[in-house]
Amino acid sequence: MTTIIEVSDVSKSYGGVVANKDISMKVEQGGITGLIGPNGSGKTTLFNSIVGYHPIDSGSIKFENKEISKLQVPEIARLGLLRTFQQTRIYGEMNGVENMLISQPHRKMSLRDAFTVNKKEDYERADHLLEFVGLYEKRFLQSGSLSFGQQKLLEFAMALMNEPTCLLLDEPTAGINPTLINGLIDRLRRANEEFGITLFIIEHNMRVIMNMADHIYCLAHGEMLAEGKPADIQNDQRVVDAYLGAH
Amino acid sequence: MTIAKTLLYAVLLLIIFAAPFLFPDFRTQLATLWLMIIVALTWDMTGGQMGYNSLGNIFFYGTGMYACAVVGIAIAYPVAEYTNASGGGIYKFTDTQYFLGAALGILFAGVFCSLCALIIGYFTFSLRGPYFAIGTLGVAIAAGELVSNWDFVGGGQGIALPVYPNDLDEGKLFFYFLFAGTGIILFIFLNWMYKTRFGAAINAIRDDEEKAEAMGIHTLRYKLTTWAIAAFFVGVAGGISAYQLIHFEPLETAYQTINLGIFMVVCVLLGGKGTLWGPIIGAIIFQVFKEVTWNYLLGWQWVALGALIVVTVVYFQDGIMGWLKHTKPEWFGIRVEKSADGGANS
Repeated sequence: MTTIIEVSDVSKSYGGVVANKDISMKVEQGGITGLIGPNGSGKTTLFNSIVGYHPIDSGSIKFENKEISKLQVPEIARLGLLRTFQQTRIYGEMNGVENMLISQPHRKMSLRDAFTVNKKEDYERADHLLEFVGLYEKRFLQSGSLSFGQQKLLEFAMALMNEPTCLLLDEPTAGINPTLINGLIDRLRRANEEFGITLFIIEHNMRVIMNMADHIYCLAHGEMLAEGKPADIQNDQRVVDAYLGAH
Repeated sequence: MTIAKTLLYAVLLLIIFAAPFLFPDFRTQLATLWLMIIVALTWDMTGGQMGYNSLGNIFFYGTGMYACAVVGIAIAYPVAEYTNASGGGIYKFTDTQYFLGAALGILFAGVFCSLCALIIGYFTFSLRGPYFAIGTLGVAIAAGELVSNWDFVGGGQGIALPVYPNDLDEGKLFFYFLFAGTGIILFIFLNWMYKTRFGAAINAIRDDEEKAEAMGIHTLRYKLTTWAIAAFFVGVAGGISAYQLIHFEPLETAYQTINLGIFMVVCVLLGGKGTLWGPIIGAIIFQVFKEVTWNYLLGWQWVALGALIVVTVVYFQDGIMGWLKHTKPEWFGIRVEKSADGGANS
């Protein structure tokens, strides 16, 4: 396996608060990597650093062996490294299909390409992916009127529409009805296996992440606490202590 | 296009062509109506469709006037000498010089304003919300003050352009159709552009710019392109105005931030932001209201206009089209989740 994201010694502070301290980690291509840690341990900060949302204080971040720590958010997204948001973000005034069509990859889109209307294949792909996440029936509804869980599914479908090589998911199951979670896990797995998208997931639901990930990193107080296979992490006393507040 | 739609457009075109002949006394007012439609439609490109409320679009109107006038004069006489003599009757223009100067000047005005939009936008598009509005307003005010101190273009006195060479009534028709033609081209262009991926992308910037960036959309490039296109049409309208008005000066006519600069925003709010027809409907209502109060409420016309602006901004922000969208969403093909398990809080 080759490394797709390589984070080396990354630090990020907000004023006096150190959110990430000398974090080093790797995401392997084609796999599912998990990132866990108690609230406030710096998981989302690390995500934001990787996708270029804010400049990092020190260290290096590489995506497909290319240094990306100085690039802007849209530039990184166009490289094929995409993220979803913890607080779901969709274009609420538009319907599902319109949300999908806007999410087409802008990687190779020149200004001239932009001044064209969507083709039949684009509509078909949008419909196909909406069916994949189970929103086909609701595709013409104003997406702001969908339930939170459905909006999360839509956001996931939009990310797939963008044809990323690597997808960073910030708590994909948070706020989703427990009966829908299994369906979502299944779809995440299929996205990984069938579409070959590398997944890097922040998740609080241990059942979900232990089931899915093949490698897990655990953050606590902005520092890398432990890493390893799900089984190792589950039995790591330091991780248990961190979650129970002993650290 | 359906038959009903084709018929509607045919009738509208007929009205547009017949109006100046049916109401020959109102030719200038009708031309001004087209000017309002152009500035409202272009304001809505950034304000309504892209979510960037500019208060500085009047900059392109004023700059268009000056750019057009300078080119129009320069093809026949040295500009500094001409403006120094305040135009006057000394400088004669042949028909060819007049029309060639106007044509080149109007086109140059559009292109020049587009370039200005790219440069100003590069700096101001890092501002969001009210800061963008104030930033662009500042640019327009500063430009007015700078130009009024620049002797090459006549300073505070402004510029007097040559008068339309033939019959004056024919001149009014000429300017009416120049404005109407520009407006129709703009409408056809926007009707198409809002359906392209570009149109969808600027809507995405309006609805959630951070999300659009995270999805890899070239946000700055699209914002600059939108404003440059808007500036082109405003610049062209400014160029036509320069020849129509014959004489203009910097602060009250060209960079008239408190008149046309605000009117265009009110037109859009009145008709409905972010819709194709809203700015047009708003411009028509606004222009009629303005002309009626100027004629029948003289002395109180500014009070009436102020009241209209206050009522629009406070009680009717979504405008006519926005109100229709809320009450009759099915007319616009909008469908919302209504089932019991649906609501946004479940």
